[in-house]
Amino acid sequence: MTLKIPELSLVVLIGPSGCGKSNFARKHFAPTEILSSDLCRALVSDDENDQEATSDAFEILRFIASKRLKAGRLTVVDATNVQAEARKPLVALAREYHAIPVAIVLNLPERLCVDRNRSRPERSFGPHVVRAQALQLRRSLRALEKEGFRHVQILSSVEEVEGAVIERQPLWNNRKGDHGPFDIIGDVHGCFEELVDLLLRLDYQVEASGGECRATPPPGRKAIFVGDLVDRGPKIPAVLRLAMSMAEAGAALCVPGNHDMKLVRKLRGRDVQITHGLAESIDQLGREPAEFRDQVAAFLDGLVSHYVLDEGKLVVAHAGMKEEMQGRGSGKVRDFALYGETTGETDEFGLPVRLNWASEYRGRAMVVYGHTPVAEPEWLNRTVNIDTGCVFGGKLTALRYPEREFVSVPARQTYYAPAKPFPDEQPSAVTAGLTAQQRHDDLLEIEDILGKRIIGTRLHRTVTIREENAAAALEAMSRFAANPKWLIYLPPTMSPSETSRNGSWLEYPDESFAYYRHEGSHAVICQQKHMGSRAVVIVCRDEDIARSRFGVVGEGIGICYTRTGRRFFTEPDIERGLLARIHQALCASGLWERLKSDWVCLDCELMPWSAKAQELLRRQYGRTGSAARAALPEAVAALEAAGRLNAETAPLLEAFKERLDMAQRFVDAYRRYCWRVHSLDDFAAGAVSSARVRRPRSRG
Amino acid sequence: MLLKIGAAVSGEDLGYLLHKNPARAHAFDLAFGKAHVFYTRLGEDHAEAALLLDVDPIGLVRSGRQTGGEGALDHYVNDRPYAASSFLSVALSRVFGTAMSGKSKERQELADQPLDLEATIAALPCQDGEAFLRSLFEPLGYAVSAERHPLDEQFPEWGDGPYWTARIQGRARLRDLLTHIYVLVPALDAEKHYWVGPDEVEKLLRKGEGWLASHPRKEAIAAGYLRYDRTLIRDALARLVDEDSGDPEAEDHARRREEADLETPLRLAEQRTGAVLACLRAVEARSVVDLGCGEGKLLKALLEDRSLERIAGMDVSWRSIEAAQRRLRLHQMPPAQRGRIELIHGSLLYSDKRLTGFDAATVVEVIEHLDPPRLAAFERVVFERAAPRAVVVTTPNFEYNVKFPALPANRLRHRDHRFEWTRPQFAVWAAAVADRFGYSVRFLGIGPEDFVAGPPTQMGVFAK
Repeated sequence: MTLKIPELSLVVLIGPSGCGKSNFARKHFAPTEILSSDLCRALVSDDENDQEATSDAFEILRFIASKRLKAGRLTVVDATNVQAEARKPLVALAREYHAIPVAIVLNLPERLCVDRNRSRPERSFGPHVVRAQALQLRRSLRALEKEGFRHVQILSSVEEVEGAVIERQPLWNNRKGDHGPFDIIGDVHGCFEELVDLLLRLDYQVEASGGECRATPPPGRKAIFVGDLVDRGPKIPAVLRLAMSMAEAGAALCVPGNHDMKLVRKLRGRDVQITHGLAESIDQLGREPAEFRDQVAAFLDGLVSHYVLDEGKLVVAHAGMKEEMQGRGSGKVRDFALYGETTGETDEFGLPVRLNWASEYRGRAMVVYGHTPVAEPEWLNRTVNIDTGCVFGGKLTALRYPEREFVSVPARQTYYAPAKPFPDEQPSAVTAGLTAQQRHDDLLEIEDILGKRIIGTRLHRTVTIREENAAAALEAMSRFAANPKWLIYLPPTMSPSETSRNGSWLEYPDESFAYYRHEGSHAVICQQKHMGSRAVVIVCRDEDIARSRFGVVGEGIGICYTRTGRRFFTEPDIERGLLARIHQALCASGLWERLKSDWVCLDCELMPWSAKAQELLRRQYGRTGSAARAALPEAVAALEAAGRLNAETAPLLEAFKERLDMAQRFVDAYRRYCWRVHSLDDFAAGAVSSARVRRPRSRG
Repeated sequence: MLLKIGAAVSGEDLGYLLHKNPARAHAFDLAFGKAHVFYTRLGEDHAEAALLLDVDPIGLVRSGRQTGGEGALDHYVNDRPYAASSFLSVALSRVFGTAMSGKSKERQELADQPLDLEATIAALPCQDGEAFLRSLFEPLGYAVSAERHPLDEQFPEWGDGPYWTARIQGRARLRDLLTHIYVLVPALDAEKHYWVGPDEVEKLLRKGEGWLASHPRKEAIAAGYLRYDRTLIRDALARLVDEDSGDPEAEDHARRREEADLETPLRLAEQRTGAVLACLRAVEARSVVDLGCGEGKLLKALLEDRSLERIAGMDVSWRSIEAAQRRLRLHQMPPAQRGRIELIHGSLLYSDKRLTGFDAATVVEVIEHLDPPRLAAFERVVFERAAPRAVVVTTPNFEYNVKFPALPANRLRHRDHRFEWTRPQFAVWAAAVADRFGYSVRFLGIGPEDFVAGPPTQMGVFAK
């Protein structure tokens, strides 16, 4: 006998003591998938039969189960589970994590269980215990489905138990193996002409013959409808015919929309309110043969709430899908897919007030959805709404995946008056021109910052940020940093090679090159190092670019900041002047055109060093020079006097003369990078370049 | 660094006194480099010996001889090879240990008698000026002449350097001169090359025997020698003399006058607390979050108000949060009291769910620490997301600054203030915020109101 269970299940084994649940579990499931009440009892009391420990043991069992289900792992509960009140929290747990509760009942003769227990000396309880359990089991059998178990498998003989084979089935929504590429199409609502226009734009071959219409995607591609094929629009049956034929031919997938589901209920004869354009569907389908209506009902009814595609990188659902619900199956998941999340209130237009799940979305999968008409599809935290309100006179939009390219065709007319003005959001002056992501990023969330963080990077390894470092960074960034929208780049400190093994050198070229080679660098650019202060300069072509690229409004065409993200200049005029000059240079040199860019980010060394690092110079470099030049002439003079008395000190004199000379050269070296700053002109014109400064500054 | 010792004795006598043969040059290996001893003058009635230290600065850094924190020895570029420091004392005791103990096999009577001596030290660090330098040596009977070296003569705006070439002359026993140098040089330098531990106190007391207790600057000497470690300083001073040991903290470097000092005569902080509490009572707040709570001054007052059932304090500085925990004795609080208060590490620039659900928020002397372009984020965090019924904001009134005699014109009250607003500026900002987020706002002054300049602190009370 083959028992089919969904891959993400909470499997509850049910049977009296001695019926062989543990053996059954061991035979069919991995040891880590099995949570046994006996083991949990032993964990808390050192005795797996200690009934006093039962309550604590189950607390642990449910806790581990919840962690496993949260992580999307099949979990088997190996306990007698013969009482309804024991099963109830398990069903609730499965529902909480949108896993499917499965009951496997080992309903074996009481005598067999009693005999087996007798052969196990640690089970000292008498046959009356098993008898009571068997009775409770028999009473439970019928109620299991009502209790919420979506699959119930009852094995009633030793042969059935031994012959059982477990087959794990992927959930319907799991299409991770389907890698596309896809053309994901927004809410159609009966706009057949526009759908054909769009498919043609997407290079589909569309043939109409008689009442039939077929569309064939370019080789390898597949269409996905985000739902709401029906209601409101002029040619609902034609849209359904096309979508159904494409689905049947394997050319399209379709997830259900709330309108589609309401139509099914109507077609099945349920009493539903004829609102929001359902009348059009009823009217148009009423002119179709009953057979077609049945096909439509069957098709829509069979749609899977949402799909997880391309190794989990893409999720398509009508109203979106939270990360913790992706690839799960439960009534709540389905509801979310159809309706999203609402506050339970309605707005002035009588529409439900929606919670913006997308602004809180932090998942890795791209989520493509529709449901609420928007003027333009806009990315927000890896989600995008592609319902551009075609039936309201907007447009019909498709997202090409993985290209992330939007393709739209305009509505030929307004077919249906929206309940609330569309597009509904008139951007304010402040947010005009900002993308949804930029508007969202205007206010950062503390939850995204605090605590230990592991950050995957696009180009390199993951980066782990320790909790205390995150806490320190929060303070530094909050108190001192410029608007974080500017801070696309914080330069690393200069990464030196390891100190030379040759004691007389700090670093040595051969060893440095060997080091870089060992670290995997194949090219090393060598430049003369000048002592200035690290400055990152961002310059945009104009303020509109600052707005569109950086989402920064009213802060000019750029910024100059330090390596820790603070504004480099305390006087705004000097900063503005610097940015203007660089802007002028970029225009005059034609660099905008050459780089094909409207903005640049320059990593610079800004001189003089003394402008920003005066404290460092005074406390460290100046002091060292001063101390050396105070002490060494005295030492040389003393050694010269000593030399007149005793030739032995001659080598020491030479050494200290050299030291004195080096001290003077040290001072000369830092002095070259120090001069007084009165205005922008004193920051040498050549001090900033697209890389580092190449030539020492000639004064004046 | 260089120490020269001259004496009005013959070269041969000085050689015996120092236990170093004048005919030769001597070299000693020390942990931090080499010490050289040679003679620069060998006359009949005057002789001079030199102790020259050759310190390896890179070796210092590499050997991990760090002092911890931001000491000079964390960097390759440091003044340690040149500045007279505790290295000199270490070298003295190694190289002239016998002379310091006052023993001389051949010339004991010379060792026991005062001689005309002269010591030259280059470069001797003394941040606090010539008067301080003199005040250390002169009470011991020396004449001091000192020449200060500029930090960099090309950049006079960098200020004076801390280094001197000091000449110390006087009639003293050689052992005393060496001992005085042994103690006073590190006391001047205050940057020791090794950790200061309790045994340093013993060393100081031993070397200071017979002269330190009666030295008028003994507190400063102890403080410098022990690197400003307060416990050790108190211990040393207590053991030095029975009489009143004075206040070692008085010798701490004078700190800049700051906001608190400026405002102290007005008792402004207390008045602010009183005003804020009155506002909270007026709006019948049962719960309040103090945004930018610092070390918890206001929280303490809030805790005493029993009508508040739930109190939270948030600050961006983790150190402030820790200080608040200590100040409020959070760990010793009885559970009922402890349950009323929580401390949150967070920022006014980040939306934070922990800040929701309070009746009122207080933002006392905080906004002026935010850069003006970041105020927009603050406004949304407080008025849009946290959105309590009432928000109390206080900030300095810039107009009042003219009333602080110690504050130069057009300066702000604190280094970290990014702005200070006049009353009209505050009113314009507050009205715009109130309008945008659906609050009403009224304005109150805190502190003695000046006819022209207004009150020292201004307060805006926002209500929904």
